[in-house]
Amino acid sequence: MSSEIATSIPERAEHRRRRATLRQLRVLTVQLLGPLTMIAGVVWAVAQPYRIVFLDPDGKGLYDFLFQPPLLVVVVGLAYAVGIAQGLVEDLEAEGDDPAT
Amino acid sequence: MIPRPETAHWLAAAFALLLGLVLLSEVIVGTQVFRRRPWRAYLFPSLALCSGVGLWVITIFSTFSTMHLVAHALWAEAAMIAGGVQLAVVRGKLRSPHWSLVTAIALLVSGAAFLVHEPNPWLYSRAAFLHHAIGWMLVAAALFPIGQALRPRWPLWRAGFALTFIVLALLLFADRDAAPIFGRFAGVVAG
Repeated sequence: MSSEIATSIPERAEHRRRRATLRQLRVLTVQLLGPLTMIAGVVWAVAQPYRIVFLDPDGKGLYDFLFQPPLLVVVVGLAYAVGIAQGLVEDLEAEGDDPAT
Repeated sequence: MIPRPETAHWLAAAFALLLGLVLLSEVIVGTQVFRRRPWRAYLFPSLALCSGVGLWVITIFSTFSTMHLVAHALWAEAAMIAGGVQLAVVRGKLRSPHWSLVTAIALLVSGAAFLVHEPNPWLYSRAAFLHHAIGWMLVAAALFPIGQALRPRWPLWRAGFALTFIVLALLLFADRDAAPIFGRFAGVVAG
């Protein structure tokens, strides 16, 4: 067997450990994307409270109540965290448990 | 009952933000893991198609100006064609990475439409400034799908493409119908 292909047991263990670390980093990043988006929306609402028409509803129409930008950001972050990130994390972890990978 | 332009832009921004997050997560986890559940593979093309349908609705409301009507119709067509081609790519009907060039053309057309349909100069108002900024940003971002077509394995192209939608969302969220480029007309203009 070529020595360029064959790897020793410690090398393989190191390689596996590195892959596991990378996977954990990916899981963490995917998990953080949704909450970070939601936090961005909340920070925006605090920084520009006049964007939240619930606080000053006089003379505002239906669309002003339905589509308030900071709240839209929070909703997108929530939709991503619940609808997409959770499944992705499960699949990433399943890939880690799969001996074939 | 017709929404103000800024309301439509904010809704589009939320859509673009979701698209950006979906694309970014595919870059992070890798295409193999992302497509473990088939519905996720179809998510971006379907959302692009839906955004095209939404843009046709906006087109119907844009009868106040021929230029706006034509520009929104162009975006709707570009989004639907790009989404349709990507659906065929995900389904396996189209295999060549060169089909990314359709997305590049869609971005170029969208960028050009943004630039052409804004009749005011750069610094006239925030809406004018943002239309110019978005237009040039989309024209520049067309490089990412071109890169994907030429070097499909390089993750930089996919990351750049994903971030394009997040930047687009930020710019659209910043839009106001009547405001200076920075700040607002507090107490002068409603909203």
